[in-house]
Amino acid sequence: MVLTSPTERRLRELAAQRILVIDGAMGTMIQRFKLTEADFRGERFKDWPKDLKGNNDLLSITRPDVIFDIHSQYLEAGADILETNTFSSTFVAQADYGMEELAYELNLESARIARRAADVYTEKTPDKPRFVAGALGPTNRTASISPDVNNPGFRAITFDELRRAYAEAVRGQIDGGADIIMIETVFDTLNAKAALFATEEVFEERGLRLPISVSGTITDLSGRTLSGQTAEAFWYSVRHAGLLSIGLNCALGAREMRAHIADLSRVSDTLICAYPNAGLPNEFGEYDESPEAMAALVGEFATSGLVNIVGGCCGTTPPHIKAIAEAVKGLPPRVPPKIDPRMRLSGLEPTVIGA
Amino acid sequence: MTDTSASSASFVMVGERTNVTGSARFRKLIREGDYAAALAVARDQVEGGATVIDVNMDEGLLDSEAAMVNFLNLMAAEPDIARVPVMVDSSKWTVIEAGLKCLQGKGIVNSISLKEGEDAFIHHARLVRRYGAAMVVMAFDETGQADTYQRKIDICARSYKILTETVGVLPEDIIFDPNIFAVATGIEEHNNYGVDFIEATRWIRQNLRGAHVSGGVSNLSFSFRGNEPVREAMHTVFLYHAIAAGMDFGIVNAGQLGVYDQLDPELRDLCEDVVLNRRPDATERLVDAAARYAGTGAKERVVDLAWRELPVEKRLEHALVHGITEFIEQDTEEARLKAERPLHVIEGPLMAGMNVVGDLFGAGKMFLPQVVKSARVMKQAVAWLMPFMEKEKEELGITEDSSAGTVLMATVKGDVHDIGKNIVGVVLACNNFKVVDLGVMVPAQKILDTAREVKADIIGLSGLITPSLDEMCHVAAEMERQGFEVPLMIGGATTSRVHTAVKIHPNYAKGQAVYVTDASRAVGVASSLLSDRKVVYIDDIKAEYARIAEEHARSREEKRRLTITDARANRFAPAWEGYVPPRPTFLGTKVFESYDLSELVPYIDWTPFFSTWEMRGRYPQILDDATYGKAARPLFEDAQAMLKQMVEEKWLTARAVIGFWPANAVGDDIELYTDDDRQERLAVFHGLRQQMARGNTRANFSITDFVAPKETGLADYVGGFAVSTGFGEDAVAERFSRANDDYSKILSQSLADRLAEAFAERMHALVRCEFWGYAPDETLTPDEIIAEKYRGIRPAPGYPAQPDHTEKGTLFRLLDATEKAGIELTESYAMWPGAAVSGLYFSHPDSQYFGVGKIDADQVADYAARKGWDMATAERWLAPILNYEPKRAAG
Repeated sequence: MVLTSPTERRLRELAAQRILVIDGAMGTMIQRFKLTEADFRGERFKDWPKDLKGNNDLLSITRPDVIFDIHSQYLEAGADILETNTFSSTFVAQADYGMEELAYELNLESARIARRAADVYTEKTPDKPRFVAGALGPTNRTASISPDVNNPGFRAITFDELRRAYAEAVRGQIDGGADIIMIETVFDTLNAKAALFATEEVFEERGLRLPISVSGTITDLSGRTLSGQTAEAFWYSVRHAGLLSIGLNCALGAREMRAHIADLSRVSDTLICAYPNAGLPNEFGEYDESPEAMAALVGEFATSGLVNIVGGCCGTTPPHIKAIAEAVKGLPPRVPPKIDPRMRLSGLEPTVIGA
Repeated sequence: MTDTSASSASFVMVGERTNVTGSARFRKLIREGDYAAALAVARDQVEGGATVIDVNMDEGLLDSEAAMVNFLNLMAAEPDIARVPVMVDSSKWTVIEAGLKCLQGKGIVNSISLKEGEDAFIHHARLVRRYGAAMVVMAFDETGQADTYQRKIDICARSYKILTETVGVLPEDIIFDPNIFAVATGIEEHNNYGVDFIEATRWIRQNLRGAHVSGGVSNLSFSFRGNEPVREAMHTVFLYHAIAAGMDFGIVNAGQLGVYDQLDPELRDLCEDVVLNRRPDATERLVDAAARYAGTGAKERVVDLAWRELPVEKRLEHALVHGITEFIEQDTEEARLKAERPLHVIEGPLMAGMNVVGDLFGAGKMFLPQVVKSARVMKQAVAWLMPFMEKEKEELGITEDSSAGTVLMATVKGDVHDIGKNIVGVVLACNNFKVVDLGVMVPAQKILDTAREVKADIIGLSGLITPSLDEMCHVAAEMERQGFEVPLMIGGATTSRVHTAVKIHPNYAKGQAVYVTDASRAVGVASSLLSDRKVVYIDDIKAEYARIAEEHARSREEKRRLTITDARANRFAPAWEGYVPPRPTFLGTKVFESYDLSELVPYIDWTPFFSTWEMRGRYPQILDDATYGKAARPLFEDAQAMLKQMVEEKWLTARAVIGFWPANAVGDDIELYTDDDRQERLAVFHGLRQQMARGNTRANFSITDFVAPKETGLADYVGGFAVSTGFGEDAVAERFSRANDDYSKILSQSLADRLAEAFAERMHALVRCEFWGYAPDETLTPDEIIAEKYRGIRPAPGYPAQPDHTEKGTLFRLLDATEKAGIELTESYAMWPGAAVSGLYFSHPDSQYFGVGKIDADQVADYAARKGWDMATAERWLAPILNYEPKRAAG
C-alpha cells in the first residue's frame, strides 16, 4: 500500500492554504562567485587528475559556505522549498569527473547544507516552515533513446544501472535530511521511472516514506519531452508513484511553458509545480527576462488557477524568486480536480480507455 | 443488456500480429532477425487503428528476453509506433520484467495470476505497480485454469481483493481474463464455455468495480481450424454478446472479424446456437453446415462477385463498410463520371456510405478498427477526386494570388477525425480560398502559432468525438488570452450551433466563433467573414447566439412554470369595455376556384426563397450582395422567367376558401356559433396558454385572449382560411424530372411554395380591406404587408401560437376545405398539396404573434379534457412542447 508520510501531510495542508514557492537557479548564482579551479578542488582534491571547475555539485564539499549563502539568499527572498545542489550527483553523471565514488557523499553533504539553511529560517519564522527537496537530476544518459543514429536499438544506459545510481543518491538525501525527493528536469521518462523505482525501493529498505515530486522538461516548442512524450502522456507514465506534485521546469520560459502546465493542471489530480527559466536565451545564450516580467507571467499561472508550487530554473535569481513570491502572495492555490477512475495508459501520447 | 453502443465504442482491440504465438509471419521474421519487417508489422497495426500493441516473444527457440528488449527498444525509436501503449505479453515473468524496463510510457502486463500461489502473485503485482503498468490477471489459481462460471468468478474475486486491498492496485488498472476456451469440440462439458465466459464477464463488471475484462478470442473456434469463414462468424457472434455483457478488451485480429449484421443469417444462427449453447445438437448442426462455408477462399470469391454487380453507389457503400480499397479508385471514377461535380461524389454516395458505417458502429455492430479502415477507403476515394477538383478550380481561372483569404484548419488535439475537415478544405479550396491544413491532433498553441505565421484570416476547428468540444472551448479561450481577433469556424459531427453559442462563443469575445453546419455552408461562412459586410454578418451571428443561449437557458429553466390557473390569471386582457368588434361582410365560407396568379406575384416574399437555396440574406439586397450576388442574381432571373411562364401558361391553379363565424372566448376556448343569435354552438377552437413564469412584465398569452369573452356580451368574430397554389405542381416537376433538369424542377417547387405564401398574404389583405373590412382604408404596399405592418393576425395551427396541429381538423371541417378548395389533410395534419397555407384570422388591434413555449401537465390535462382526449393522446400531439417527461404507456 502507498503510505502517506507526515511531511507530505504537512505540505499538502500548506499547499491547500497558499501557493508555495520553490527556489531559483543554483548554477546562475554560483557563476556570480567567480570561483576558480582551486575553489572547486579545495584541499581535499588538489591533486585530482581531472579538471573539476564546473562540477558545481562538488562545491557542497569544497565550498559549503557558498552553497549555504545561495540557499540563504533564496530563503530570504521567500522560498518555502530549497532544492539541494545535486543536479549531477549520481555516479552516472559524476563519471565525467571520475568522481563516481563520491555520489553518495555529494547527496549527503548537499542535503545537510540545505537542511541547515532551511532550519535557520524556519526558526526565524516558525509560521513559515522551510523544506528541503533532494534533487535527482536526469543524468547525462537516456534509457529510451539511442545515442547512435545508426543503431536505434542501442542504449547507453540500462534501467537497472539508473536504478542503482538513483538508489544511492536517495540514500544520501535521506541521510542528509531531505524532506522531499525531487526527480527533476526529466528529459527521458524512462530515466524518471527508474528513479521512482529506486526511490520506492529505498523507502522500503529504510521503512520510511517521503513525498516524491516529479518535474519534466518539455524541451522545445514541439511540446514534447526529449523522449517524445506529450505532457499528458508523461503524467500517466509517472502517476503510479503517488506523487506530491507533478510539473515542469527548464528549457522553456513561462510564456512557452504555460500551455503544457495548463495541460497537466487539467489532467492531474495532484499538486502542480512550475519553475520555468527566465525566458528563452537571448542571442548571447543568456537569460535576461527581468524579475518583474517573469513574475507577471508566473503570477498569471496563479490567477488562472493552474499551479500550487512556483519558482524558477535557469537564469533566475533571488530577485526573481522574490518577485514571484510577491506576485502569488494571497492568490488562491489551484484545487486539484477530481479525475474519473479510468485506465490511463501512454506511449508517446496518452490513451484513456473507455473515454 | 448493457448499452452496446457505448461498450463497443470503447472496446479495445489489442492487435496480435506482433505476437509470435499468434502470427506465424511475425514468428518467422523474429526468428530470422528481420526486425525491420517486424517493425513494419507493428506500424501497420497502429495505422490500422490498434489502441494497444501486444508484443509476445514466447517461443521455444528464441531468447525471449533479448528479443523482447530488442524489439521494444527498436519500437521506441519509431514515433509513429511508439505513440500507442504497449502490452508486454509473456507467460514468463523474467520476460515481462525485461520488457517493463524498456517502456517510458504506461503499458499493460499480460499476464499475472495466482497460478504459483499468493506470495508470487503479490510479489509480481507489487513490481508491476512499481514499474507503472496496468495488468491482465488470468483466472488461474493454484489448482489450475478456471473453466466453469463459478471458478472464474471465485478466482477473479479473490485476485481483485488481494490486488486492491493488499497491493494497492487501482481497480481501473486491472483487466481480468476469465479464459475463452474452445467450444464445439464434441465434448459435452465444453458446450457451455462460451456462456460461462460471457456470464462471468457480466458478473465481474457488476461486482468487481472498475475492473476490465479481456480475452483471447481465437481460442473459441479452435475446432474449426482451417475454416476461416466459420471461425470469423463464431468470433463475430461471440464478441457481439461478450461486449454486450461488458467485455471491453480483446485480443483479436481485426482483419478476421465480420460485421454481425452482415453475417449470413443461417451461419449466424448456427454459430449463435453454439456460442450461447442454445440447443444440444448445435455443434453437429454447425459441423454439418461448416463444409458449405469452408473451402479455399470460396466465400470471398462468391461475395466479391455478388457485390461487384451492385450499382456504383452500393459498391462504394460496400467498400466503405468492409474497408476494401481494392476497387475504390475505379468505383470512385465511375461515380465521378456520374456526378455533376467531383465534390458531389463525396457529399453523395461516399458520405452516405460513411453514414451507414456510423450507424453500424453506433449500434455495436462494427468495431473501431473497422471504422478506421472505412475512413481509409474514404480518404483514397477523396484523393482520387482531388485532381479533378483542382482542375475544376483551374478551369474557373483562379490563381493563388487572387485567393479569397487564408483559412487555417485543424482537427483539435485529442481527435483524429479529419474527413469532414478535409471535405471542407476541398470545398474551400475549390472556392478560391488558400487552405493551410495542420492535420489531426493539433495542440492549441501550434494552431495559434501557425495562424500568426501564415497570417490566417480564419481559423477552422474540427472534431468528431465529444471531448473535442472542450478542447475547442480551450482553443477559443487561448485565442482570447493571446489577443487573437480572427474568426473561428467550428464544425464536425459532434459540434452544434447550441454548443458553439453557449460554450465556445463566450470564450472568445475579441473575435467571433461561428458554427458551420456542413461543407456546403463553409464557403458562405468564410466568404461572409471576409467580405465587406463582415460587421453586419458578425452582428447577426452575435444576435443569433444570444438568442440560442437564451433559449438554452430557458430550456434549462423548464421546471419553473406557472400553474395554468396562475397563467390564466395573468392573461392578456385588452380593454373590452367600449370596444366594438368589427363584423365581417359575410358569415360562412367563400370559395375562390381559380385565383389570378398575376395578382399574387407582388406579394411574394423573396427572402425565404433564397434561403431555400441556402442563400441567406434579405431580398433585394441579396442581389447585390458581395457574396451571394453573383449566384442570387441569375437564380432570381431564372425564377422571374419561370414565374412569368407559370402565370401566363397557368401551370398552377390557385384555390382558396375563407370563412367567418360569430365567436366568443370561453375560458381558453373560442366558441363558434351558427349565427348571430349565438345560441347554437358550431365548433370550438382550443387555445394553449403560455406558462412561463414572467413576473409582471408580460402577460401569459393564448390566442383566445384576442377574442371578446362571452361574459362581455360583445359580438365578436373569428375567420379562417385555407389556400393552395400547388395544383399542377406535381405535373410540372415530373416534366422537368423526365428532362433531367433538376434545377428547373426544384425552382418550380420553390416558386409554388412562395406563391402559396403570397396567396395567404394577398387573401389576408383582402380580408382586412374587404371581406372583414375592418381596414378599408389600408394603403400598405406589398412590401409593408410582408413586413406585417397591418392590424390583425393569421396564426396557423401547429405553429408557435397554437402548436396543436389537430386544430387544423376543426378548421378544415368548418371551411369544408377539402371539398371546396381541394386541399387535403394527411393523418398527421399535413396539407396536400404541399404548397398550401391555412390559419385563423383575428381582427383585434392588439392581436399579435407569440409562442406558447413549454407547458406543464396541469394544462395538458385541462386541454385533454376540453379536446375529449385521454392524457396519452394529448401528450402525443403536444410532445414537442411538454415541459416534463410523460409517463410511457406499458409495453
